[in-house]
Amino acid sequence: MKILVTVKQVPDTTGKVSVRPDGTLDRASMEAVTNPDDLNAVEAALQLKDQYGCKVITVTMGPMQAESMLRELLAMGVDETVLVSGREFGGSDTYATSQILAAAIDTIGLEPDDIILAGRQAIDGDTAQVGPQIAEKLGLPQVSYAAEIVKEDHTLLIKRMLEDGYMMVRIGTPCLITCVKELNEPRYMSVIGIEDCFDKEIRIMSYDDLKDHPLIDRTTIGLQGSPTNIYKSFTPPLRSAGRMLKGSPAEMAAELASCLADKHLI
Amino acid sequence: MSFNSMNIDEFRDVWVFAEQRQGELTPAVLELISEGRKLADELHCQLKAVLPGEHVEHLVQKLGGYGADEVLVYEHPLLRDYRTETYTEVIAQAVETFKPEILLFVASNIGRDLAPRCAARLHTGLCADCTHLDVDLNNYIEFLRKESSLDTENTSFESKLFDAERNLKMTRPAFGGHLMATIVCPRFRPAMATVRPGVMKLRAYSEEKAAAVTIIHPDFRLDETDVQTEIVEIVKSSHKAVDLIGADVIVAVGQGIAKDVEKGLSLANELADALGGVLGATRAVVDNGWLSADHQVGQTGKTVRPKLYIALGISGAIQHKSGMQDSECIIAVNKSELAPIFEIADYGIVGDLFDIVPRLIEEIGKAK
Repeated sequence: MKILVTVKQVPDTTGKVSVRPDGTLDRASMEAVTNPDDLNAVEAALQLKDQYGCKVITVTMGPMQAESMLRELLAMGVDETVLVSGREFGGSDTYATSQILAAAIDTIGLEPDDIILAGRQAIDGDTAQVGPQIAEKLGLPQVSYAAEIVKEDHTLLIKRMLEDGYMMVRIGTPCLITCVKELNEPRYMSVIGIEDCFDKEIRIMSYDDLKDHPLIDRTTIGLQGSPTNIYKSFTPPLRSAGRMLKGSPAEMAAELASCLADKHLI
Repeated sequence: MSFNSMNIDEFRDVWVFAEQRQGELTPAVLELISEGRKLADELHCQLKAVLPGEHVEHLVQKLGGYGADEVLVYEHPLLRDYRTETYTEVIAQAVETFKPEILLFVASNIGRDLAPRCAARLHTGLCADCTHLDVDLNNYIEFLRKESSLDTENTSFESKLFDAERNLKMTRPAFGGHLMATIVCPRFRPAMATVRPGVMKLRAYSEEKAAAVTIIHPDFRLDETDVQTEIVEIVKSSHKAVDLIGADVIVAVGQGIAKDVEKGLSLANELADALGGVLGATRAVVDNGWLSADHQVGQTGKTVRPKLYIALGISGAIQHKSGMQDSECIIAVNKSELAPIFEIADYGIVGDLFDIVPRLIEEIGKAK
């Protein structure tokens, strides 16, 4: 049994973000972090490792700079990391990305009791699509929005969140599960982990390593192979600021109430 | 019949996946039917709803009343409750048989599970969590003129690669709401999108349309071998979820209530009661466990546009603003005059909410 976790290094959209006048993002100005939901997936994998002693492997696609994230994951307790990297993969949409990651996972090899975990969605794109699309490409069953994962022999019992409640779903392995933040509290890197993480090898998978896989074709990967394209990008309109009320708290409250009354809001 | 998602001329009509839970349609499906009607009119084609389930035919008229010309009903005991694998199988078979040009899903926890799986199987493009859809190019340009910072007069909308007049233009927030992107799917069909609940306008219900709707029961294959998961239990949340999307007044709280959470919440509740509104919250408030997730407004919560939005102790992170900036009137109370929420507020008060709110409740009482 092993657990594969798909992870992504993303610009921290909750921090300072600068947009250039032409409506594109100045990525260099932003801090790179591990996608938050992916840390919940990594933690879920590490908890299963603590219980069953299985191996945990993370798989990411991105530029070589993603190495810093992978070192941090190793320091948390991840056993091996794979970085899928190559110019040919650039510009991929979710369809093309899932095609490439599915090929990488298949190259690592899946056995009957293996589990793939993914974060619910990444904070840069917020699509939540790559996980299910990897499952489809690998022909695996999936459960998304997992808030609890319990292993029972050769099956997993998952609490799958819905807007109006939840479902308890049993699923056999191998399978793919996407994780929400309610699942757990990700652990910190350990001191020993930090010392050891630099000795571990990061396995690089390039286009040449994957090009003979049936899922990899120039027409299904990268910008060329992406079914969707960006037509326009722009910044949302700025709503103009209104009026700041002045005076004592009592005066401001009275003025606000009268403004609301004028607008028939009370 | 052969299916190739690249033969785009073979595809016609707009489809909406009619999501039902325990035999009931969610309100967001009806919003999406309404939006689908608009797109079908722009394309001069039919709007069809795809309705998988068990004993769901009673929902057909309602779908018709909001604008569907035809409903494709797929009934089977294995479709009673949502499962990724059985629903994907049925939707994929339906698309391969009838070849719709556009296929829309509500961006619910079910739609966002099903749509990517279908898009991957059908080999086509999918745009997640859209907040605006257009076919008609002039309507799209008009939308940008009003709702973007783009200089539409000096922007080219033509494309050498595809017909900008006929392709679905799918607009959505990206990078936590800092950017908006319009996505197209020019080379494959159907063009697929999941659409955020609460953003599309509901049409008026038409008795006439409801009576005129056509029901189709297409042939399909589904058996036990298609099932890979077991649903052990379905649990409905015991507390009734707050209806943020339908509310005219929302009183929302942020981290400003931290110094006395209980008091802060009770003041906000009292103000909401005085105004006939409901309680909203920022992500931080929900993450801290002060209010349940159904109260959350913003990028990872709900998008709301009430008549009145009162932000108490909310600094105004872009992720929150993107979920409420279309409110008709915004009032902000915050201790820091530098809080970004004031940039979009119609009325701003720099002050302590614990001071201001009791006085405001009192003044509202007098004004009534």
